[in-house]
Amino acid sequence: MCRIGAIKSTEYIHPSWALRLMRSQQKGHDNSGFAMVMQDLGGVFEGYKKYPILSMACTEQGMKIAEDMLYSIGFSRIGQWNPEIRPAAGLNIEPMPMYVFQLFHYPKHLRSASDREKEDLLMDTRIKLRRELEKTGDGFVYSFWPDTMTLKEIGDPTDIGTYFNLWEESKDFTAKVITAQCRQNTNYDIVRYAAHPFFLQGYTALANGENTFYEKNKHFQQGLNRGYIGFESDSQCFLYTLHYIHRELGWPLEYYKHTATPLPFDEIEKRADRDVLLRIRSSLAHLEINGPNTIIGVLPDGTMFTLCDSKKLRPVVVGRTDTMVAISSEVNGINEILPNRDWKQDIYPHERETVVINNDLEVLRWQQ
Amino acid sequence: MATMRVNAIARDDLQWRIVYKHDRCTMCGRCLASCPFGSITAGVEKRRKVISDHLTPQPKVLFQSVPVIRQVINHQDACRGCGICEKVCPNEAIAPMLNPHGRLAIKYRSATADGYKRGGRSNLNPTGSTLDKIVIGRISQMTDPSLDAQRHTFDMLSPLGRVLPPQGLGLELKDGKLITSRPMPPMNWMYPIIIGDMSIGALSTRMWEALAIATAYLNEEVGLPVRMCTGEGGVPGPLLRSRFVRYMILQIASGHFGWNRIVNNMAHMQDDPAGVLIKIGQGAKPGDGGMLQAKKVARHIQEIRGVPKADLLSPPNHQGLYSIEESVQKMFLSLNAAFKFRVPVAIKVAASVTSVSVYNNLLRDPYNIVGGFFIDGISGGTGAAQDISLDHTGHPIVSKLRDCYLAAVHQGKQGQIPLWAGGGMGQAGNLAADAFKMICLGANGIFTGKLMLQIAGCVGQDNGKCNACNTGLCPVGICTQNPVLVKRLDIDKVAENVVNYFIATDQELKKLMAPIGNSTLPVGRSDALITTDRAIADKLNIPYAC
Repeated sequence: MCRIGAIKSTEYIHPSWALRLMRSQQKGHDNSGFAMVMQDLGGVFEGYKKYPILSMACTEQGMKIAEDMLYSIGFSRIGQWNPEIRPAAGLNIEPMPMYVFQLFHYPKHLRSASDREKEDLLMDTRIKLRRELEKTGDGFVYSFWPDTMTLKEIGDPTDIGTYFNLWEESKDFTAKVITAQCRQNTNYDIVRYAAHPFFLQGYTALANGENTFYEKNKHFQQGLNRGYIGFESDSQCFLYTLHYIHRELGWPLEYYKHTATPLPFDEIEKRADRDVLLRIRSSLAHLEINGPNTIIGVLPDGTMFTLCDSKKLRPVVVGRTDTMVAISSEVNGINEILPNRDWKQDIYPHERETVVINNDLEVLRWQQ
Repeated sequence: MATMRVNAIARDDLQWRIVYKHDRCTMCGRCLASCPFGSITAGVEKRRKVISDHLTPQPKVLFQSVPVIRQVINHQDACRGCGICEKVCPNEAIAPMLNPHGRLAIKYRSATADGYKRGGRSNLNPTGSTLDKIVIGRISQMTDPSLDAQRHTFDMLSPLGRVLPPQGLGLELKDGKLITSRPMPPMNWMYPIIIGDMSIGALSTRMWEALAIATAYLNEEVGLPVRMCTGEGGVPGPLLRSRFVRYMILQIASGHFGWNRIVNNMAHMQDDPAGVLIKIGQGAKPGDGGMLQAKKVARHIQEIRGVPKADLLSPPNHQGLYSIEESVQKMFLSLNAAFKFRVPVAIKVAASVTSVSVYNNLLRDPYNIVGGFFIDGISGGTGAAQDISLDHTGHPIVSKLRDCYLAAVHQGKQGQIPLWAGGGMGQAGNLAADAFKMICLGANGIFTGKLMLQIAGCVGQDNGKCNACNTGLCPVGICTQNPVLVKRLDIDKVAENVVNYFIATDQELKKLMAPIGNSTLPVGRSDALITTDRAIADKLNIPYAC
């Protein structure tokens, strides 16, 4: 079973927090990988929040292909950060030759373009890069987005931490929002793209569970947006639905729950907004999720949330202090990083609840 | 030497032979009284018998005239093998037996210069059914726990009505909430199994009434929102004016039979019907239209339909409708308008190689006024069809449903016009399994008619047994208006059987949803299905397993 975790903090924190959050749940996962998305970056990237960062694992040839393509589109590199690789004998890890975290300036002709245009360019560029690198297997592009970094690796999470020197706290490499998962894809072969968290245009989603409506989700999503590609994992569907509801349709976040796990008909009938809910239910029936799962998501503005399936067949817990909120599949993860919190304030979201953490670190509980 | 006319119809030509045991018969006459077809008659035979009534054998020949039951030998009154004689005989003295050498259909055509007619098909002989070669192979285990069919709640409703894409819903944000800003096409949610369209006229009034009672009971007492389609041919006024009309889908077909009665009652209706279904074609005899013979047009049928006692043959096409676009504009719009755009209007067509074209056209209709696409496969239908139509026209439903669904998927429009499919549903007796598989293949729901007749006590089956729906002489009172025969049907018992069957089906449907871990209908979840038939796997695009 997957274990997922997320931290939202008022202070910049180092990924070692995420590693500790996840490692304490070791017995719940198979130690086949570690992946994380960091948003609202500090450290060396703190002064460059508007500029897209390319997160990629590749070969040297892949690097060259990517650079050529980016330059041909008009992007210009303005900085980069490399993890401090510490190879050692006996580490259980299958690293790629290069890990790229590069900062780019937009093409000149787009610098005064609208945000929407820039965002579409970033998505299209990432897809183009990915497709090109897939031809030869020379690399994996995880994200190309401002203020966002993604790392996905195969192997034992502890060893991955050692390899990238993530156990040692450093002020250079920090973020206020970190989402993480300790496991590689098990549905099919190990595929780096299939590791959570999934990211698209500022939206992040990770899930513990099984999307039994994967096929119908996928069939529907494939036609909705050119960015909805891959589908290496059934959980990618959760991200695309979030992106579609919130960004493409412009609906408030609460309608994500109404779409993914609609209320039963007899409950809808009692509601004042029954007309809206029934229409959503009919129109977006193919985006419903009907299997055991817990989803953690992050919106482009940094809002973090979690919700469960309508049967609550996967657990999740939210714990907090004044400066940090952590979401985790198991409470021992939160115990590990927030041992002195008031555990009586922990929230175990129920099947009809969305727990939302806003940028003031308020924890809101929305009832569907 | 006796004159021998080899061209005449003979006992050996009949499809059914009456096996009569003279020594068991007490001449009570029940078989004669109960045979609706007049296929047996009382007669007298001269019998030669050797007897001995002495202590030692002293045989002597005795000639006697004995009363007997005889089979009538002509093509009009041929035994249909319904077995009613056997059912009523107290002494097991008489029974029909299938004659494998029968050639009645040939003789019938030769004698009458007309097509051989027979009524329904069976629900009892599912040999070769595609659905039976598909099983539910994706069973939830550890990662996606199966549900508990007894304890979990399940949410099983399907839409009838035009489903708009989210951008078309006209939702607006107000104070952070979505609100509806303009009227939208009507939509009704109902149980995913509809009692299919069988007209009051084709069915006996008592049978039709029993189905209506069962439907109301299922809704109001059992809590299953099952809808019933009226079929073409009108609806009794009191029902139209009652609140029970909300459970009925009114049908209009090419004959428009009974439609004026519906229109005349509109002003007095206290509730809206569940939908309006425009029947373009049916699965069992596509291209034939309706075929209600005069002998079934009893007085009350004449009143409901507003017609004289005559053969009521609906044209196979709607006069005046020559294109999909035109149909949409004329008929759909006028029917939508008739009910003030509050009742979804759907279409039913016979499954055909062209069904996908029709569906595509409707999906692209800019007016968004078609609220459902019913496709009816070759195994569907009751009635008075000719042998040639029943056996040699039509299209299997399973692959056609799948074609339509995948065509919608290809355009990203799945679900926008709900797909309902029928034609042989429950043929193996298990409606829940068939419904579940069809839903996984992309149906929003299914409709079933003939199974309801079987539940009511229909004795027909595929081997030519009974199949007398066309004669107006249904031996069990289901497909006849003959007052004597109709009385054989116990309305309350039929309604009870139908209700019970639906309750069982609902349980079974949950029993199939539970192991795949779904609490809502798995529309399009073809990944849950497998088949051991390579050709079916390829055609339906579902996993192959062996």
